[in-house]
Amino acid sequence: MTRFLAWFALIFGCLYFLLPLVGMAEFSLKMRRGEYSFDAYARVFEDPTFWATFSYSLVLAGATIVMGIFLVVPTAYWVRLKLPQARPFVEFVTLLPLVIPAIVLVFGYIRLYNTSSWLPLTGSALGTDFLLTMGYTTLALPYMYRSVDTGLRTIDVGTLTEAAQSLGAGWITILGRIILPNVMVAVLSGAFLTLAIVLGEFTMAALLNRPAFGPYMQLLGANRAYEPPALAVIAFAITWGCMGLMQLVTRFSKHERAKA
Amino acid sequence: MADGPIRRGKRRLPVEWLGILPFAIFAFLFLILPTLRIVTGAFQDVDGGFTLQNLYDLNTDSIRAAYWTSIKLSLYSASLGCAIGFAMAAAVVFGGLPKAVRSPLLTFSGVASNFAGVPLAFAFIATIGPAGLITMELRDVGINLRAYGFNLLSFWGLVITYLFFQIPLMILIIIPALDGLKREWREAAEVLGATGLQYWRMVALPILFPSILGTFALLFANAFGAVATAFALTGPQLNIVPIKLFAQIRGDVLGNPNLGYALAFGMIAITVVANTVYIVLRVRSERWLK
Repeated sequence: MTRFLAWFALIFGCLYFLLPLVGMAEFSLKMRRGEYSFDAYARVFEDPTFWATFSYSLVLAGATIVMGIFLVVPTAYWVRLKLPQARPFVEFVTLLPLVIPAIVLVFGYIRLYNTSSWLPLTGSALGTDFLLTMGYTTLALPYMYRSVDTGLRTIDVGTLTEAAQSLGAGWITILGRIILPNVMVAVLSGAFLTLAIVLGEFTMAALLNRPAFGPYMQLLGANRAYEPPALAVIAFAITWGCMGLMQLVTRFSKHERAKA
Repeated sequence: MADGPIRRGKRRLPVEWLGILPFAIFAFLFLILPTLRIVTGAFQDVDGGFTLQNLYDLNTDSIRAAYWTSIKLSLYSASLGCAIGFAMAAAVVFGGLPKAVRSPLLTFSGVASNFAGVPLAFAFIATIGPAGLITMELRDVGINLRAYGFNLLSFWGLVITYLFFQIPLMILIIIPALDGLKREWREAAEVLGATGLQYWRMVALPILFPSILGTFALLFANAFGAVATAFALTGPQLNIVPIKLFAQIRGDVLGNPNLGYALAFGMIAITVVANTVYIVLRVRSERWLK
């Protein structure tokens, strides 16, 4: 009886998850009347706007990841090493982006950094890109911080630091050549999640009027029939890829550790 | 390992706080200040004086309806997400299913909980939209979903779509909690003569209750703040708070910028309550599940 119910719950759930995936895949192949074809994909890949927005988002994701690493790794390291009393404050701040909806945050940015303010970031394209990168960094902050902090827990920060210092290393050397390589797996896993978040993000980019991948998808969805499901398949593949890479680096590191 | 403080400084030099200065500046500029700007804006009139008028002005039919629809949408998608997610997680942990099911389910949940926003809307339009796969298949066998009043671009359509990221999130959070239920507790209950139902009602569920309710609050906040999926699905028409705020930021549709702040402030207030519930209950549940 229990087993029957268990199978029922699992199959019901799997159907719910599989049907939309099958639906979008099937629909994306139906562009040519009467037969399946990859025309919709060809149409998407021919579109220069697709490549422009996709590479724009990719660049921004890269910038977000770099920004996240520079922000999170030293802070998490310092809190562990010297400032355990700051931990509640830092953890509270890193959880804030989960509490404040992204749309509210970007609303605040627009009002705070508009052209007539003390820091007119939205006045230029580059300034807006910077603002958007900062916005994405806050969105990714909870995941990046938790990932890196968990990574730091597995190494002996104090001993490593003292050993490096007694050999004459400065803070930059310690962070860049001792700490970062040791938490690389955690950093990478946070980075892939950041990549997945940034590539699909819609709200912030749309409200800051930047040509990112999310708003492009939305615009295409409002005007076309067969390209949107093709885009959805591509986006799903990207998400799957990012999560797969995340698991891969984690598993890889376990093997490394087991060998050592 | 080096979990605790390494060297607890007896002399509290403020110099050490400089180490987190970059982080503090970043948080101040891009998290705290923007939020404060919204909150103070909600209590200011056009000239910058203090007022409660903006919050009063939220009390129109259209805005009340938007909040109510948003809250209902979040409540329904969170409770269904919790129920279905719990059923699937329990099936995998206790249901005697093959061990091979568990790891793919967790991996898939990780992917699906991140597959939200615009593409998710596309997937559902292609499946149960007006020309979607299931809609067409059902029509071929004589069932017209439209005739039964089903419309993807509606409240229930949104609930069904939101479940695609709500259920996996529940699974990801609740499986570790289910794993934490000790076998000894069940054995102890059985020795004392409890039936399976009694064990669940009097032992397992009370222990799991904080986790379940906490996850419910998280799912609620998750649905409440979501913009992209709803926007891609229904465009600017559907009257829910995030979409209304989106339209307000783009073009001041409310005709009063400070009313926009009040609308956003209402969103913060609701998500803060939901997340506080989550954090408090999470701390409580961790007491048991060690």
